[in-house]
Amino acid sequence: MNPLFIAAGIVALIVVYIWSLYNGLVRESTEIDEAGAQIDVQLKRRADLIPNLVETVKGYAKHEKSVFAEVTKARSALMSATSLPAKAKADDMLTGALKSLFAVAEAYPQLRANENFMQLQKELSDTEDKIAYSRQYYNTQLMEFNLKVRTFPNNMFADKLGFKERQFFQATESEKKATKVTFS
Amino acid sequence: MATSITSQIRSNVTKTYVFMAGFVAFVIFAAYVMGNALGYGNSWMFWAVVLSSVSSFASYYWGDKIVLAMSGARPADRKRDFDFFTVAENLAIAANIPKPRLYIIEDTAMNAFATGRDPQHAVVCATTGLLTRLERRELEGVIAHELSHIKNFDTRLMAVVAVLAGSIAFLADMFMRSLWWGGHRRSRDDDRGLGQILLLVGIVLAIISPIIATLIQLAVSRRREYLADASAAYLTRYPEGLAKALEKLGKDKEVLEAATNATAHLYVTNPFKGKNFGTWFAGLFNTHPPIGERVKTLRAM
Repeated sequence: MNPLFIAAGIVALIVVYIWSLYNGLVRESTEIDEAGAQIDVQLKRRADLIPNLVETVKGYAKHEKSVFAEVTKARSALMSATSLPAKAKADDMLTGALKSLFAVAEAYPQLRANENFMQLQKELSDTEDKIAYSRQYYNTQLMEFNLKVRTFPNNMFADKLGFKERQFFQATESEKKATKVTFS
Repeated sequence: MATSITSQIRSNVTKTYVFMAGFVAFVIFAAYVMGNALGYGNSWMFWAVVLSSVSSFASYYWGDKIVLAMSGARPADRKRDFDFFTVAENLAIAANIPKPRLYIIEDTAMNAFATGRDPQHAVVCATTGLLTRLERRELEGVIAHELSHIKNFDTRLMAVVAVLAGSIAFLADMFMRSLWWGGHRRSRDDDRGLGQILLLVGIVLAIISPIIATLIQLAVSRRREYLADASAAYLTRYPEGLAKALEKLGKDKEVLEAATNATAHLYVTNPFKGKNFGTWFAGLFNTHPPIGERVKTLRAM
């Protein structure tokens, strides 16, 4: 067997390997970007529900000003956040603020019986589920991607092809559990 | 926790492939013996499989519509069936499949099923009994189970298995008819001893193979239930939701009127409650594993 053929064969194998690695990583990054956009859609949906909710609660509990201010502040922080980690942090803040808003609402039986309020509460808790699930999908995709980038022999090439490990959308487990209790 | 669920899915998938390979081998073997017993050779086997495939082609493409028509379901509405609708939306996000079309059967019995040949043509159907009596987290478990059937292509797999089982039944039927009309033309010129042994084996096979085929079909169906349970737990990250829902469904003694033998394997739990599931032998004829077993497996995750 001609050693030249063997060498050519090895080079061809390496080329095919890098080719498929590159395409695989491009596909997975695109999927992750799409999953991230999905989280964005849901976060926006959540933010859109807030003004309506605040108005409804105000109708029954005018003097709870600090709570409204806190919620509004958290909402605008979420709206202006650009990077995913910043959004995750703002979203956590909003969750905390909403918790105190709903705690306040507990003291007003008429508010709790309000049709509009109940509907908003349902929509909000559903949107939180949507955020949690799109986040879960995002993180699962990300885990696969990071694993691929990190394992041998991919780790020798991924960096040079311009692919780096990516950041998870951080969700504290306690937050997911807490919202489940509050709204369900 | 996640790793034990992933490994369960993986082992279930492997076992299902083993089942499938065994099933196909069995169909070919039975057809081969019968064809040769009659003296028609292998072409007979080929035509039998082709004919039964064509007849199931229709059920593969229009199966979802037929099933829905048979069960008298109405489309779900976001406002009226808020939890059902939104839970399906959410889990479709988590599973990364399009939201299936949703239907409701007006029946106080608790059950749900999924159908459709792929995620783009999927349908999930639930009874009003299920929707009113389950908590949202429990409903998530059930819907995740159904979406897993769709995502794992169980609905398609079961269609394929049904084709194979149908082929066997068809083969056996044709064999018996051919015997009746004196179809074993070659046996006269053949070595008589071998021809008669083949004929005898053929008759025995014709009698028992449809039974064996049905048993294998049911075994595959039960396998897929465990897999769907495991995937549902993985999807919701909350196995307890489905476990609780299954317990509630197990206590529900009501029989679903809309279910027939043809659609039984589609449901989340067996829609016919009256039968005795106690013994191992009776268990062989179930489309679903016993609920107690499923709850135990879920709690172990």
